[in-house]
Amino acid sequence: MKATNRTVDNVEIIALQGKITIGSGDTQLREVISNAVAAGRTNILLDLSGVTTIDSSGIGELVGSYTTVTNRGGKLKLLHLPAKLNELLHVTQLITVFEVYEDEKEAMASF
Amino acid sequence: MERGDTERVEITISSRFENIELVQVIAEHLCENAGVDEDGSHWIGMAVREAVANAIKHGNKLDVHKKVFATFELQGFELEITILDEGAGFDPEKVSDPLNPQNLMKTSGRGIFYMKTFMDQVSYSFHPRGGTSLVMTKNLAKGSGIASTKA
Repeated sequence: MKATNRTVDNVEIIALQGKITIGSGDTQLREVISNAVAAGRTNILLDLSGVTTIDSSGIGELVGSYTTVTNRGGKLKLLHLPAKLNELLHVTQLITVFEVYEDEKEAMASF
Repeated sequence: MERGDTERVEITISSRFENIELVQVIAEHLCENAGVDEDGSHWIGMAVREAVANAIKHGNKLDVHKKVFATFELQGFELEITILDEGAGFDPEKVSDPLNPQNLMKTSGRGIFYMKTFMDQVSYSFHPRGGTSLVMTKNLAKGSGIASTKA
C-alpha cells in the first residue's frame, strides 16, 4: 500500500493506493494514521479511490483509525469509496459510522 | 468441462500471509471458468481469502512450518471449498457477532461474517489428525453477487 499526504487548511488528506490486507497494508495504514495524529493532524480525509483490495483486517484498521482519531478529538472521514469497499461497509453496518463523501470540496467543507 | 463432471483443484501453502492471494486467485479462476461474473467471483475469492487468513493466523499461529491445505471441488454448479490447517484447533463460532452494536467498533471479528455472507453454507469441524477443517459451499447457478446473499 502506498500513502500520499497533503495538507489543505487544517485537514490532512491522505490518498491510499493498493491493497489494505492482512500482513501488509493493514499495519501500514495504522502507521500512517499514527504518524499524522502524532504530528497533530487530527482532521483526516482518507481518499480511498486507489484502494484495489481490502479484507476484514483492512476494514478493522479503518475502524481502528477512526477510533484513534476520534479519541484525540479529531475527525476521520472517507472520500471516493470504491464500490466493493462500499459494499463491505454496508453489510457490516459500518457505513453508519463513517462520513463518506464523493466530492473533495464538500468533504473539506464538512470539517 | 461438461456439466456433471467434477473439477478438483488442490493447493498446499506454508503459513505466510503473502500466500493467501495464490489460493484466492485459484478460487476466482474456477468461478470465472464456471461462468460466474467478475463480481460474483470476487466475493467467493474474498471468502476464501478470509478462510485462509484465519487458518494461518488463528489455526497455525503464523508457524511457517505448518501448512494450509485448500481443496476446491466443482460438481456441476455446486462448489465446495475446504480449508484445513495444522493448528491445535480453534472454535470460530466463539467470535462475537460483528453486527451487535457493542461490537461494531471492534477492529477484528468480521472475517467469518464475510464468509457466511458470500457463501451459501460455512461449517467447521476438528480434523482427526488435528487442525480445523472449514467447508464452504456455494451454488454458482444462484448468482454469486453480494446482492444475492442472505446478508
